Amino acid sequence: MAWIQDIFDPQERSWEDLYRNRWAYDKIVRSTHGVNCTGSCSWNIYVKQGIVTWELQALDYPRIAPDLPSYEPRGCQRGISYSWYIYSPLRVKYPYVRGVLLDRWREAREIHPDDPVAAWRSLVTDPEARRSWQRARGKGGLRRASWDEVHEILAAANLHTVQAHGSDRLVGFSPIPAMSMISYASGARFLQLMGGVCLSFYDWYCDLPPASPEIWGEQTDVGESADWYRSKLIAVVGSNVLATRTPDAHFLVEARHQGAKVVVFSPDFSQTSKVADEWVPLHQGQDGAFWMAVSHVLLQEYYVERPVPAFEDYLRTYTDAPFLVELEEVAAGPAGEGEARAYRPGKNLRAAQVAATRELENADWKLFVLDRSTGELRSPRGTVGHRWQAKKGEWNLEPVDGVTGEPYEAALTLDRHAEAVLPVVFPDFSEGADDQTAIRGVPVRRVETVDGPRWVTTSFELLLAQYGVRREPEGYGGARPEGEDWPRGYRDGHRPFTPAWQERFTGVSATVVERFARQWGTTAEKTGGRVMIILGAGANHWYHNNLIYRAAITSLILVGAVGKNGGGWNHYVGQEKLVPAASWAPIAFATDWGGPPRLQNAPSFHYMHSDQWRYDRAFREVCPVADADHPLARGHTADKQALAVRNGWLPCFPQLNRKNADVLADARLAGAETPEEVGCFIAREMREGRLKFAMEDPDDPTCWPRVWYIWRGNAIQASAKGHEYFLKHYLGTDHSLIAQEEGEGQVEEVAWHDRLDLEKNGGKMDLVVDLNFRMDTSALYSDIVLPAATYYEKDDLSSTDLHSFIHPLQKAVPPCWESKSDWQIFKEIARHTAELAQTHLPDPVEDLVMTPLLHDTPAEIAQPEVKDWARGECEPVPGKTMPNVALVTRDYKNLYRRFVSLGPQFRNNGLAVHGTGYAVDDVYDRYLENHPVERWGGGVYPSLEEDRWVCEAILHFAAETHGELAWRAFRSEAAKTGRDLDHLAADTRGVRYGFDDLIHEPRRVLTSPYWTGITRGDRTYAAFCQNVEELIPWRTLTGRQHLYLDHEAYRAFGEHLPTFKPRPDVHATRDLVRTGPDHRSLVLNYLTPHGKWHIHSTFGDNLRMETLSRGIEPIWINDRDAGLLGIRDNDWVEALNDHGVVVTRAVVSARIPRGLCFLYHATERTVGNPKTRLRTRNGQPRRAGAHNSLTRARLKPLFMIGGYAQFTYFFNYWGPPGVNRDTYVAVRKADKPPW
Amino acid sequence: MDVRAHVSMVFHLDKCIGCHTCSIACKNVWTDRPGAEYMWWNNVETKPGTGYPTLWEDQVEHRGGWRVTGGGKLELRSQSRAGGLLKLFYNPNQPGLDDYYEPWTYRYNDLFDAEAGDDQPTAVPVSQITGEEIDIEAGPNWDDDLSGSPVYAENDPNLEGLTEDERRALFDVESLAMMYLPRICNHCANPSCVASCPSGALYKRGEDGVVLVSQDRCRGWRACVVACPYKKVYFNWRTGKSEKCILCFPRLETGQPPACFHSCVGRIRYMGVVLYDADRLEEVAKAPTGTLVEAQRNLILDPRDPEVRARAARNGVPPEMIDAAGRSPVYRFVVEWGLALPLHPEFRTLPMLFYVPPLMPVMGRGGDGAYAHAGMEDDGNGTDELFAPIDKARLPLQYLARLFAAGNVEVVRQAMKRLVAVRYARRACDLDDVDPARVERVLREAGLTPSQADEIYRLTALATLEDRYVLPPLHREEALAGVCEPEMCRGSCGLGATEPPKRGS
Repeated sequence: MAWIQDIFDPQERSWEDLYRNRWAYDKIVRSTHGVNCTGSCSWNIYVKQGIVTWELQALDYPRIAPDLPSYEPRGCQRGISYSWYIYSPLRVKYPYVRGVLLDRWREAREIHPDDPVAAWRSLVTDPEARRSWQRARGKGGLRRASWDEVHEILAAANLHTVQAHGSDRLVGFSPIPAMSMISYASGARFLQLMGGVCLSFYDWYCDLPPASPEIWGEQTDVGESADWYRSKLIAVVGSNVLATRTPDAHFLVEARHQGAKVVVFSPDFSQTSKVADEWVPLHQGQDGAFWMAVSHVLLQEYYVERPVPAFEDYLRTYTDAPFLVELEEVAAGPAGEGEARAYRPGKNLRAAQVAATRELENADWKLFVLDRSTGELRSPRGTVGHRWQAKKGEWNLEPVDGVTGEPYEAALTLDRHAEAVLPVVFPDFSEGADDQTAIRGVPVRRVETVDGPRWVTTSFELLLAQYGVRREPEGYGGARPEGEDWPRGYRDGHRPFTPAWQERFTGVSATVVERFARQWGTTAEKTGGRVMIILGAGANHWYHNNLIYRAAITSLILVGAVGKNGGGWNHYVGQEKLVPAASWAPIAFATDWGGPPRLQNAPSFHYMHSDQWRYDRAFREVCPVADADHPLARGHTADKQALAVRNGWLPCFPQLNRKNADVLADARLAGAETPEEVGCFIAREMREGRLKFAMEDPDDPTCWPRVWYIWRGNAIQASAKGHEYFLKHYLGTDHSLIAQEEGEGQVEEVAWHDRLDLEKNGGKMDLVVDLNFRMDTSALYSDIVLPAATYYEKDDLSSTDLHSFIHPLQKAVPPCWESKSDWQIFKEIARHTAELAQTHLPDPVEDLVMTPLLHDTPAEIAQPEVKDWARGECEPVPGKTMPNVALVTRDYKNLYRRFVSLGPQFRNNGLAVHGTGYAVDDVYDRYLENHPVERWGGGVYPSLEEDRWVCEAILHFAAETHGELAWRAFRSEAAKTGRDLDHLAADTRGVRYGFDDLIHEPRRVLTSPYWTGITRGDRTYAAFCQNVEELIPWRTLTGRQHLYLDHEAYRAFGEHLPTFKPRPDVHATRDLVRTGPDHRSLVLNYLTPHGKWHIHSTFGDNLRMETLSRGIEPIWINDRDAGLLGIRDNDWVEALNDHGVVVTRAVVSARIPRGLCFLYHATERTVGNPKTRLRTRNGQPRRAGAHNSLTRARLKPLFMIGGYAQFTYFFNYWGPPGVNRDTYVAVRKADKPPW
Repeated sequence: MDVRAHVSMVFHLDKCIGCHTCSIACKNVWTDRPGAEYMWWNNVETKPGTGYPTLWEDQVEHRGGWRVTGGGKLELRSQSRAGGLLKLFYNPNQPGLDDYYEPWTYRYNDLFDAEAGDDQPTAVPVSQITGEEIDIEAGPNWDDDLSGSPVYAENDPNLEGLTEDERRALFDVESLAMMYLPRICNHCANPSCVASCPSGALYKRGEDGVVLVSQDRCRGWRACVVACPYKKVYFNWRTGKSEKCILCFPRLETGQPPACFHSCVGRIRYMGVVLYDADRLEEVAKAPTGTLVEAQRNLILDPRDPEVRARAARNGVPPEMIDAAGRSPVYRFVVEWGLALPLHPEFRTLPMLFYVPPLMPVMGRGGDGAYAHAGMEDDGNGTDELFAPIDKARLPLQYLARLFAAGNVEVVRQAMKRLVAVRYARRACDLDDVDPARVERVLREAGLTPSQADEIYRLTALATLEDRYVLPPLHREEALAGVCEPEMCRGSCGLGATEPPKRGS
């Protein structure tokens, strides 16, 4: 007789069917989650009795390699809670309109029974009426409306705005498209057909790392998570993989079991620290100092003491390290003292400066290295000059002279070719000030130029000196300059960038740096570069993010780790990777019907239009520079923005302070015909003061954006840096902002209006429209809320950086209640707008479109020097010294037909990314034969009527899902580079995936020239492998990875070499000027890391995540800091500054270091958000804000330059990001707040 | 020898990322209904911490599991001193709402329905039980990631026995530690819940060992709630019956792992069949405390032993089960490699879920105002450690031993040594930055051969679905034959069996 009886008897156990029946289901449908989260996990959606009951991950990923863990299962706690939304009380089931607007609208329609446009005009031109719904924004009173009625309002508002202000006053925002690319495309396509504006996202979120364009000319390209497993030393920096990269984390954890070492750098004991071999708690935002010191050790030990040939070869071949830089003469020391001469690094020596090469095509953009054996100048191939020259095939990294074709080996150091060692000035920003410098001797050589002799040296020599690594040039017999100032070893704490120097910034012992650097160098040496950095928001969301990243990336480049499987940088925040870009972009931005599209960098837009610039002072308070005399390195950020717009560096929409059509009409009257002539007319009008760019006078109502479409995102809160400024200046509703306007007198070029009468004039936006499946903060504050289908109710496509598959979203059930997919919603808006246009805008309208100089076009070599045509420094030439000017015909009557038809330019122009294209005319013609079509106006086009047909078209015409087209794209890349690339596409030439294939099984995307990794065979995707293995240039000035940046703005900012600038303190950021922290509060650095219970604000408001966290998004503070304030765990606390107030509960833990607090990104005002007594209205407590109530946008103007190699604008590629971590708040204990 | 088959489990805690996906997979499928809101058949706890329900590990308070009496008899802690029957009606050890939490939701509808007013509406939290506004003071995962908390982590019962210094270190940011502990019903071989039920509603399934509460027979006495030392039986306040993790038996029966296993993104979970000797259950459950881990390992039989296989077959274990036992990842982790350990074996329920303890980063210290790693630098002996040395790990071994070995530190140390040895061995396959003699030494000290290290690595890091879950579908046609001819059953399957259970009397 056994101790415990087991039961077999089926009679006794027939009740078990109860649970069997619960488990039973009717259908499984593959889908995924379509916004914000970039996990792109394949999910099975379980449908039972026609209801979505739950979801579980799909497990059928094909295995990449037998020695690699599989991708299954992908999908986290957030994703698996998604089904809650579908039937929840938070679901937007019907169209809603703010009641006061609806009433006014109905009244106006009675007065204008036959003309909705006149009705809308009567409302928005009546200030009192307009204010009535603006004031009501966010404050209840939503009313259910019919689709018919909202369609009519929208159509009327669209057409009125076009007629009254111009189409570029229609703006739209939707986040990263990759995760539901058809849904993104819906609104974008509609807006672009209208002539409206799409706002960028990646830079606005501050997920764009400017260091990537700086170094690589690439937006970002990173390894898939499986590639982590190939590494032997992984540094995790400012990234919390376990919490925020949940489905990928296992590769990191598993890599340890195959002998990889993991070092986590994080100020708090983060979840990821749990799996670290070593956890380095460096001070927040000071990571750059640590990495500068790492490179100091690497240069000293692996280049000077014991040079590693593999590292040197890597630098020679793949970086600008051997490129020659001219030295400029400066006086040393303060004026009056400096009789001794000194130098500073200048521009890269150009072919145009040397007699023998000055006649070369693009000679201003071809550069030199020194032949290591002969000491002669060599002009390497692969520069931006070669890229845009007429003769193709020389844009590659082959080590042969671009002029003679002779092979050479470039010199990294001058050594016996040195003719002198000259004193060079290196700025030192350690104190956060401008005026500290060090003099160091740099070996130089004389070069005869057409302007006389010049001293030159290599980037690498400058790099050594910058890092304070002294090296005697071999074979050099001359003297060294006097007054040199080098660190005296690693333990010299006074001179950058030694291990001891970094201690005061990071709080981490020099011994940790030294030990880490040696493991880093040695592991890379022994593995051929298999060391990597996983980087994230914790390092990127700072004002000086580019410097933090450059410091870290330099440590990778120095050990040859970039472009290697298992090595390199892996930046994971806001992954932008929409894989089938070539076929998607023309559909999304409607260039199949013409163009160019109006694409605006959101940081500039919001900084200027939400008036945050008015509260800002000269930027040098937060940004020390090397040359404060340079016009780009002083003054007010808004003025730099104005310059950037004039010079064609950054876009400016709305464009002008007049309606475009009126400007164009005047231009015609003045005899301007061609776009160039129109551009010159505009420049003339501007010089004479009759015309301005809208951003030169953003508070004049003629410059306002008017109608704002938001879809897939939370533009008014979760992504709104300066949320309260949005409420005040865009929406014209209540806000908690008390910051003082400080821009007056500091701004010179942007018009200052003394007092904005907001009570009378209201916010800028006439109408805010939000498509949403849930009532989030943006929906709550919008005028019209449209019910959007959830991710399980529509067909779409998803791709990501983190794996190499492409996944479908599918309708598991039809869109519930009255919801519709985004595509269908915008399609219907297009239909109704077009119908109304039959009477209001029946004829084609010519539109004037001004776009900035664009990356991956010849405009990359437009502006070798900064000159301002408005000051007469050069001639205004569209597309060269000022923005491009294009004339586009809008056909509002056929707007709907165009929307649903894949237009002729798609067929005729071919498809391209990064300027590398392929023809699709034959494929298009065959496609028409067996796919649904639209016939109208004498043409026949593939139909885009249904969401799934759009998916099908994208897949069919993309290189990554259609092998024949990848083949063609590589042929095109081969012609440009002169390299044989057929082998990258030959064995997949016959492969093609349709939507059904993706449903059947996850499919891995094909290798294409548009992404730099290789997915052939059993390889994991790692960035820049194509560059390294195929000698394909990076899209930069030299065609190599850049350690040195010779643009005059970089030199003026003192950021021409990797360096360190400490994070601005509370006095510089001026967050608490009027708030006046008292004895009851502590001033803390306010951080908003990505959290565990939400993806931005999505998921965080659902009951599952609320239950597993604390029912509220709390502020995390250190236990000792909390003790000072008398705060116990779960007490109510207030966090406030001049921008706004947050009231929430505290979580108290020693896991958080002192001096900072966390409020995980992103909170909502909609769920469990109390009122505050600190900012009242008529003495009554008022609803407290959310996490972005405490932030504001602060732009670094360095990133505004343009028309210069990699520093040339592209949407989401270049421009100042919306940083947010240099923010301070006062935190104090609060009484229980009222609801 | 009474050989039985048991579906058994391993959770590899070094791989756990604390994401709680498992918890929600379970919630969605099984407990997303009135009466079950607060049930988390699967939950994940941060350790050190107080867990869910609060301080469940404290059996002085909760009186769960078994104890050995002075007379050498095994008895339920909850029913000792002849109080069993009395406690049917009043049980002071019954966890109350405060030990769990009051489930809440929000008045989401207010966001849509609020009248136009002078301030913004928000969805106010309300109790799911009373519908009234609620101050949220507790939840099922309240101390998540809260190591270093003076309220929660510091009250972890397992910290007893640590020195003052060790305890203090755990609450200093430079040296604090945390780990995650996912928990489901252990489907114990010696389940105290089953033994405690006055109605005979709890039972172990013969074919796979799954412990169930019959929703027909349960009368809501709740003795099981008290008797389970892991607090994994919950009382459904709507139906008046107890419910617990069913190991997703409808999935098991069809050869699929439970939903929480399926959804485990850290890939930490393993499931397989083990054969054990039921004749020895009582003896093992009574083993001296320090030897409990070893005793339980010995209870599990070698599935390749012909004698064992023959006896299993004679006991009616189907051949597929016996074969599966031979390929069981659980057998390897628990018995062959000694890496996986039972949670709180001192509760003496013989849990059939085993945990591989986590590696931990090294301790740090703040010296001269700058942070440094303690003992990682070359200390003059030339021992520059590449990986964190076990004895300098953030969580003292003593703490892990309290969790997984009834205090036996050596058992934990051995497992940890093996984990580290595998890493050295694997690194040495790829590069030579560790002295080969050293690699040899760590393997030897861990008692591993190179090929064993390789196998451990493969099952830890590379394991496919098929490697992690070795589950033969059950012979349901034979089981069903007792109630219904399979042919009939095929035709009427699912009809008429969807009624919810009636409220217990």
